[in-house]
Amino acid sequence: MTASTRPVGGTILTPAAKALLVLAVLGGAVGLYRLTQGLGATTAMNDGYPWGIWIAFDVAVGTGLASGGYALAFVVFILNRGRYHRLVRPALVTSLLGYAMAGVAVMFDLGRYWSVWRIPTHPGSWNGNSVLLEVALCMMAYTAVVFLELGPAWLEGLSASRRPERAQLAARWLPRAEKALPFLVALGLLLPTMHQSSLGSLMMMAGHKLHPLWHTALLPLHFLFTAFVMGFAVLYFESTFTGAAFKRPLETRLLARLGKYVAGVIIAFVVVRFVGLAVEGKAGLLVGSGLFSFLFWTETVLLLAAAALFLRPQTHLRPDQQLQAALLSMAGAALYRVDTFLVAYNPGNGWSYFPNVPEILFTLGLIATETFLYVLVVRKFPILAGVTPAPGRAVPAGLKQGATT
Amino acid sequence: MTVSRRHALKVLGSAAFAAAAAPVMAEARSARPSGPDDLGLLFDTTRCVGCRACVTACREANKKPADVVMIGGAPYDAPLDLNGSTLTVVKAWTAGGRSGYVKAQCMHCADPACASVCMMGALHKGPRGVVQYDVDRCVGCRNCQIACPFNVPKFEWGSNTPQIVKCELCRHRWAEGKGPACAEVCPRGAVVSGSRPQLLAEARRRLAATPDAYQGGIYGATTGGGTACLYLSAVGFGPLGLPGLSDEPVPALVETVQHGIYQGAVIPLVLFGAFAAVTWKNHRSARPGQEDES
Ligand code: SF4
Ligand code: SF4
Ligand code: SF4
Repeated sequence: MTASTRPVGGTILTPAAKALLVLAVLGGAVGLYRLTQGLGATTAMNDGYPWGIWIAFDVAVGTGLASGGYALAFVVFILNRGRYHRLVRPALVTSLLGYAMAGVAVMFDLGRYWSVWRIPTHPGSWNGNSVLLEVALCMMAYTAVVFLELGPAWLEGLSASRRPERAQLAARWLPRAEKALPFLVALGLLLPTMHQSSLGSLMMMAGHKLHPLWHTALLPLHFLFTAFVMGFAVLYFESTFTGAAFKRPLETRLLARLGKYVAGVIIAFVVVRFVGLAVEGKAGLLVGSGLFSFLFWTETVLLLAAAALFLRPQTHLRPDQQLQAALLSMAGAALYRVDTFLVAYNPGNGWSYFPNVPEILFTLGLIATETFLYVLVVRKFPILAGVTPAPGRAVPAGLKQGATT
Repeated sequence: MTVSRRHALKVLGSAAFAAAAAPVMAEARSARPSGPDDLGLLFDTTRCVGCRACVTACREANKKPADVVMIGGAPYDAPLDLNGSTLTVVKAWTAGGRSGYVKAQCMHCADPACASVCMMGALHKGPRGVVQYDVDRCVGCRNCQIACPFNVPKFEWGSNTPQIVKCELCRHRWAEGKGPACAEVCPRGAVVSGSRPQLLAEARRRLAATPDAYQGGIYGATTGGGTACLYLSAVGFGPLGLPGLSDEPVPALVETVQHGIYQGAVIPLVLFGAFAAVTWKNHRSARPGQEDES
């Protein structure tokens, strides 16, 4: 229960929001072009690199960053750290939007998107060995679960409505939504455990085409670790963003205590990764593989630097340093995922891929849409705790100002 | 430590133990063998002269348009690789002063990676071991392209209703009593078709007759879990662009790990139960704004 959460209120169409909408429209134009002209005409993908940034970034990194709801639910509901409860709703909103946007990206990426309805409706033709099938079903289900987990927030929002029938509806369903919560939370923990780890298994099938520093039987575990890292990191980003955008007090003290979890996961990931490589007899590749050794160490150094920052007592008092640590860990984990899906993948035969402008515009459009919707939701529904309702127009301040106040 | 937390850790601990023990208990998935009736091809670099009659015959048999490339202002049917309109291609190789040609097409793996990943079985093993495509079950995800160790499945990038394209051993001609078109036209017997056991016997016969002409044995006899299309080479298989796979089928690792973790649906159910129990306990005992020590 979060009695302290409140809609932020204020104007929707601020100048910043308009800028986001422009980006969203540009991305939408690319989407339209893809639907009418096909994938070959729109993207740089090819028969050697059939998955580009729409999968490697929008899905693999996007849903990783959308794991905030998952990582936090683990801390709050399983480790029973109730004090983090006030972070749960905003984290769930980012998760919902992140997964929804990944879903949109997949729909535009699928060559035969109009057949996609067959996947959930034709269990008779499911291939039980297909990792992608599991990922697809789990992600669809999880998006629905997160939406329902936010049920109390939607209903509380409705109950403030001036229309009596909406308020009535909310009054009727709120107690039921509260009761269903433990069940939903458990699903919300199980499904990401399954599909985030399976995202890693997906690239295991690439076999010899994936560089041996990334190709390992531990891929599912590594993807689970990185889901936690990115999920936690986003909470810091979110606090800074909402602090700056809505002049809301930062969660510095609360987030300081969360730091040890992030650092713990990072260190576990790095240790397991090194032990795994040693056991598989690949330690030599750590130095001798040129670009790939460099990428591997970049991932590792980014993550370890983040862990060191998170563990430093000074960081606990400084929101700007917290944000720095969070961004470092996000970068390290995101790089790990992009490397696994794209950079460390090499089909041979001289194939190459670099995302073209439309692909990048589409991805930016999705990010802009996601940000716009986030702001819209927290303005209209009781998501954020500790806000003072905005008096009239609220113009977002710069990030830096919010981070250091 | 509250009672509920101790309980929580106990429940979670046993679930984690079960999850950790599962992969160990999992039997490594056994390879799917090829059948005695499986149709395949045998290609022999010592016989191929690079005439590309097979490529043209394949186009005609499968009604695929020429892959026209303009070279010096003149149009040539010159596919650089397998692609959305090219199911088989002949490429040149050089190795240590020697040169020759190699034909590529789907290998019709006994235990195919493409079929293992395909969500609704659009790519699947059909009669006579042929790995065939059913467009109605394809969503165009292109996971098959990622998974195939030979980069065989190709996508119609230029189409707005794209399909996956690959050799299906001319199965549409079987009703007319015809086999793969490429083998039918090859003037040199460099590519022949037949049942896999026949082809293996023929390959062994050639190896025994002129052992000095060949290097590396028979590619596909056991490579990658066995393929129905077999290769004999004068220079080994690296120069031909065939990957050095182990004898383990490509899908084995992933399927062992995935089924090991999941144990059917047992582990997810156990985890769900544990999560639900712990959450419910914590939820009931939670006081808003509680400040527990850690
Ligand atoms: S060669 Fe590739 S496409 Fe052909 S059966 Fe094997 S995995 Fe599938
Ligand atoms: S592109 Fe089609 S055939 Fe290939 S894996 Fe996806 S659904 Fe299967
Ligand atoms: S038809 Fe026979 S000889 Fe000619 S390129 Fe094809 S395999 Fe070689």
